[in-house]
Amino acid sequence: MNIYIDNKKYEIKEGKNLLEACLQLGLNLPYFCWHPALGSVGACRQCAIKLYKDEDDTKGRLVMGCMEPVRDNVRISLEDPDAKGFREQVIGWLMTNHPHDCAVCDEGGACHLQDMTVMTGHTYRDYRFSKRTYNNQDLGPFLNHEMNRCIQCYRCVRYYKDYAGGKDLDVFAAHNHVYFGRCGNGKLESEFSGNLAEVCPTGVFTDKTLQSHYTRKWDLTYAPSICQGCSLGCNTSAGERYGTLRQIANRYNGDVNGYFLCDRGRYGYEFVNSHQRIYEPAVRPHSNGAVKKEQVVEVVAEKLKKGRVIGIGSPRASLESNFALKQLVGAEHFYIGMSDADHDHTALALKILKEGPARTPSLHEMEHADAVLILGEDLTNTAPLMALAVRQAVRQQPMHETEQTLHLAPWQDAPMREAIQDKKGPLFILHTFPTKLDELATAIHRGAPDNLARIAFALAAKLGADVAPVDDLHDEEKTLVAQMADALLAAKNPLIISGYGSGWDHFMKAAANISWALQQQGRAPMLSFTLPECNSLGLEMLGGHRLDSAIDLMEKGGADTVVVLENDLYRRADEHVIDALFANAKEVILIDHLYNQTAEKATVLLPAGTFAEADGTIVNNEGRAQRFFQVFVPKGSVQESWRWLLQIAEKAQVPRLSSLQNLDDIVWAMCVAVPFFEKVQQIAPHADFRINGQKIPRESHRYSGRTATLANENVSEPKPADDIDTPLSFTMEGFRGEPPAPLIPYFWSPGWNSVQAVNKYQTEIGGHLHGGDPGLRLLEPHLNGRPHYFREAPDRYIPMPGHVHIMPVYSIFGSEELSMHTKGIAQSAQDFFCIYMNPEDMHQWSISPGIWVSFDVDHHSYQMVAVPNHWLPRGIAALNAGLPKSKIIDLPQCVKLSGAEALHATR
Amino acid sequence: MFSLIRSMWLVFLHMFHKRETYQYPEEKAPLPARWRGRIALTRDPDGGERCVGCYLCAAACPVDCISLQATEAPDGRRYPGFFRINFSRCIFCGFCEEACPTYAIQLLPDFEIAEYDRQNLVYEKEDLLINSQGKYPGYNYYRVAGMAIDGKNKGEASKEEPPVDVKSLLP
Repeated sequence: MNIYIDNKKYEIKEGKNLLEACLQLGLNLPYFCWHPALGSVGACRQCAIKLYKDEDDTKGRLVMGCMEPVRDNVRISLEDPDAKGFREQVIGWLMTNHPHDCAVCDEGGACHLQDMTVMTGHTYRDYRFSKRTYNNQDLGPFLNHEMNRCIQCYRCVRYYKDYAGGKDLDVFAAHNHVYFGRCGNGKLESEFSGNLAEVCPTGVFTDKTLQSHYTRKWDLTYAPSICQGCSLGCNTSAGERYGTLRQIANRYNGDVNGYFLCDRGRYGYEFVNSHQRIYEPAVRPHSNGAVKKEQVVEVVAEKLKKGRVIGIGSPRASLESNFALKQLVGAEHFYIGMSDADHDHTALALKILKEGPARTPSLHEMEHADAVLILGEDLTNTAPLMALAVRQAVRQQPMHETEQTLHLAPWQDAPMREAIQDKKGPLFILHTFPTKLDELATAIHRGAPDNLARIAFALAAKLGADVAPVDDLHDEEKTLVAQMADALLAAKNPLIISGYGSGWDHFMKAAANISWALQQQGRAPMLSFTLPECNSLGLEMLGGHRLDSAIDLMEKGGADTVVVLENDLYRRADEHVIDALFANAKEVILIDHLYNQTAEKATVLLPAGTFAEADGTIVNNEGRAQRFFQVFVPKGSVQESWRWLLQIAEKAQVPRLSSLQNLDDIVWAMCVAVPFFEKVQQIAPHADFRINGQKIPRESHRYSGRTATLANENVSEPKPADDIDTPLSFTMEGFRGEPPAPLIPYFWSPGWNSVQAVNKYQTEIGGHLHGGDPGLRLLEPHLNGRPHYFREAPDRYIPMPGHVHIMPVYSIFGSEELSMHTKGIAQSAQDFFCIYMNPEDMHQWSISPGIWVSFDVDHHSYQMVAVPNHWLPRGIAALNAGLPKSKIIDLPQCVKLSGAEALHATR
Repeated sequence: MFSLIRSMWLVFLHMFHKRETYQYPEEKAPLPARWRGRIALTRDPDGGERCVGCYLCAAACPVDCISLQATEAPDGRRYPGFFRINFSRCIFCGFCEEACPTYAIQLLPDFEIAEYDRQNLVYEKEDLLINSQGKYPGYNYYRVAGMAIDGKNKGEASKEEPPVDVKSLLP
C-alpha cells in the first residue's frame, strides 16, 4: 500500500494507523497517549498531521495521526506549518502546569516528555501564571509518585487497568483536576506495576529502587541481559554505575517479553549488590591472609586429582558453566542440582516437548491464542508474564468478532473496549487455589489436584486421545468437560498451559494428551509449560544424574569430593539430607556468588559472577536459548563460573577442556560435545565481530565522569578493561549506529532518549527487531510423530485418615531465591512457617487456627503454624514454597500428623 | 630613519608611564566577577546545599572530570553523596556552570590552585562546598521547583496553587 508523506512516496502494510506508519518509516512524529501495546485513543492531540483529500487539495485538514487508518494513496504532511504549529501549541498547553523540577526528576534524560518538547520546538515556557499542584501518594517499595508532573495522557490507567488487569490504580476528580493514583496510600497490588515507570511518558511514576542509587540513563553502563527470575527468559537491559547494578529496564523482544516485565524481574536484581556477595576465594581451614586466584586454582586442581569427584550443576547457572563442570568431573559424575520434584517436572516437560507433536509457543504467540486452558497453575505467581499474555489472549475472540461486525481495527482501543465490554474468549482454569486470572475465566474448577487431573484426562479422552476412560465423573464435571471440549475444538489456536506450580505431574501429562489430541483433530494447539528456574530446561537438555543418586553415592562412600556450582543445596532437598551429604564429603568446593547455607559447609569457596558479571546462555521454558552479557567488570576475584572451571581444568590437566580460553571457545566445545546445542553458537555474533572495525559500546556517547570516577584512588586513569568474550566494549568508544539485535545494550536514537526509542529498532511497530528477535529455539515439535499418550489418569483422591498431602504454593515475591535480596520483594513475601489446612480437617483433629502443629517428614519433626484455608480440599495441606528459611523442600508429599497427642501444640 | 627615532622616543617616554605589570604574587590582579577559575559548590540563602545531584554538569563536561552520586536526604532534598572534580583534567570552560539548573556549581575568580603533586588536584565535596551563595545571591531552587521538601509542602513554592482537592467537583 502506498502513502504519500510530504509528497514523498512510501510503502506500508495495511491495518496500521498513520502515526505507526510514520514511526515505522523512521519519521519523527511526537505522541503521548498512543503506546504500541495499548493502541490509540486520540487523547493527547499531539500527533496532529495534515491530511489531504487528493493531489490537488492544497488546504488539507488537521487529523490525529493515531486515529486515522492507513489507506491506499493517502496524502499527508508532517511538515505543514499548521500541523507543526498545532503540535507546538498542544505541548505548550500540556506544559503549563509541569513543574520546574527536571533536575530532581528521575525520568530526566530518559523522558519522553523532554524528547517530545524538544522535537516540537517548544523550548521556552510562555505561561507565566501559577501552576496546579497535587499531593503525592506512597505507592510502596517499587514506585515513586510525583503527580505534579502529570500531563493527563491516561496511559497509566489504560496500561494498569485495561492491559494488566490491575484494580487499585485509577483516575479521580474532574476537569483540570484529574488525578492518577490509588484510593489512598499503599503498595500497588499488580505484579506488573513496575512497567508504569516505562509506560508513563514523564516522571509521575519512577523506579524507586533506581532512586536509591540514582544514575541518569546516559551514565549507566548497559548490557543486553536475560531475566533470571523465572523460566520465561524475558529480555532486560541491566545498567551499572560505580561497580553496582542500578537498574533493570525492559529490552524489547518481539517474541518474548514485548514491552513489559514483571516486578520480580524488574526489581529482583539487588542481590548483585548484596553485602552477602563473595568477592574473594577462601580455602578452609583458613590460611593466613587472602588466597590468590592462581593459588586457589592450584589447590582445587590438586584436590580434584586426589579425590573421587562428583559435580552438582545448577538450574540458575548458565549452560556454559554447567557444561564446563560436566566436562571437568566427567559425564558419569555430573548430577543435576534440582530437587527431585523439579527434576521430574522438567524432565517430563522436555520429553513431551521434544517427542510430542504439539508446538510450544513464544509469549507473543500466546497473546494470540483464541482459547486457553490452564491446568493446575497459578500463572501470576509461577510465570508472571505468561499471565499477562493470557490476559491479552482472552480478548482475541471478542476482538475478532468486533473487527468483523463493526469493522474496527485492533489499535482503536477505546471503541474496541467499548464494543467488547466484558465479553471474553474461552479460558478454563483447573486449580486448587484461586488465581488472579479467575476473574477472566469462562469456567473454573477447584478441588484436589488428582481430581482436577482426572477431569483433564477425561477431556483428553473426549477429544479423542487414546487414554483409559475416566468414567466416575460427577455431572457437573461432565458438563465442564463437554464445555471445554467444545471451546477447544472451536478454536483455531488453543493454548494449553501447565507446569510445576501445583507439584502434580499428572497435569502436565493431561496437558500433553489434550494438545496432542487437538493436533490430531487438525487444530494448531500450543502447549506451554512453566518451569522452576531460568535455566531448568537448559540443564535438563544437558543431562545428568538425579540429585538423589548423588546423596546415595556419598552415603555409600562412592565419592569424597563435591564440586557445587552456583547452587544452595539446602533449597534442593530437606535440611537433614543435605547435612548428611556434606557430612560424607571430605571436600566441598563451591562456586557461587552469595554466601548461603551451602557456603558455610564449603571447604573451598570460589567467587562466581552473577548474571551481571558473566556471559552465558540460558534456555527458557520455550526451549529458546538466549545469551546474557556481562555488564561490568566485578570487584575482587569474581569471574564467570565457567572461567573458574576452565582454569581448574587447565591445572588439573583435563583433556576434555584443554586450551579453552573464552566464551566462544567454550560455546564451541559445548556445541561439539552436545550436538543438540548446535544453534547456541549462532545466538549472538562472536567476539571478533566488528562493525566498521569497531566494537559495540556498553556506554552511551554522553557517559560522564571517566576522568574523575577513580581519581580519588589514582589521578592517572587506568586502562579500560578489555572484553575478550564478546563484541561489546566496556567503554563509550565504538560503533554508534544500530547494533545487531542480540547486542543492543539499550534503546536510544537521536531525539529519542526514553525507552520509546525502540520504535526505531523494529521492522514493524510491535513486531520483530531488525534482523530478527534475539534467541534461537532449540525445540521444534515432531509434527508427524505419533504421540505416545499418557494412558493412566490418577485415581480419585481419597483423604487418608491422620495424613495430609502437602502441596507447594509458589508466589511471585518470595519463592525465588535471588530476588529475595531486594528489600521491597522480601517485604512482600509470605511467612515461611505457615501450613495451610482445610478448616474441617483442623476441626476434626482439634487444631485451632494460629496454633503450632508438629508433623513428621522422614522421621524428622517440623513445627508450623496452622492457618485455615477453605479452598483446600480435605486431606490436603499447603506450604509456601521456596522461602529462605523453609525446611521442607521435597514437595508435594504425604505426611503423617504426629498423632493426636503431638497435636497439642506448644504455643 | 625618522620612524626609528620616533619609536625610540616613544619607548623612552614609557619609562615615565604608570606600570601595567602586577608584581604577582605580592600584588594580586583584580579579576572580573565572571572570571572562570576555581570551581565551587555554593549554598542557597537558607544555607542548604544548592546541588541536587542532577548530573548535568558531569554530562556537559567535555573532559569528563566531574563525578558524583545523587542521594536523597530524609527531608526530601537531594544532594550529592560525593562530588569529585579532577582539576588536573579541568579546562575551566565553564560548561558545568552553564548547565547547572540550580546555580550550585560556579566558577570563581581564583586561579591559585596549582599543586606540586597531581593527586592533590582531585577535589572532593569537602574541598568544593563553600559557605556562600557565590555570584547568584537569592536563588533557591526548591522555592521554584514543584517537589515537596520538609518545610515546603506542595503548593507552597512560588507561583503554585494549593494542592488540588481530589474529592471536590467544583470548577
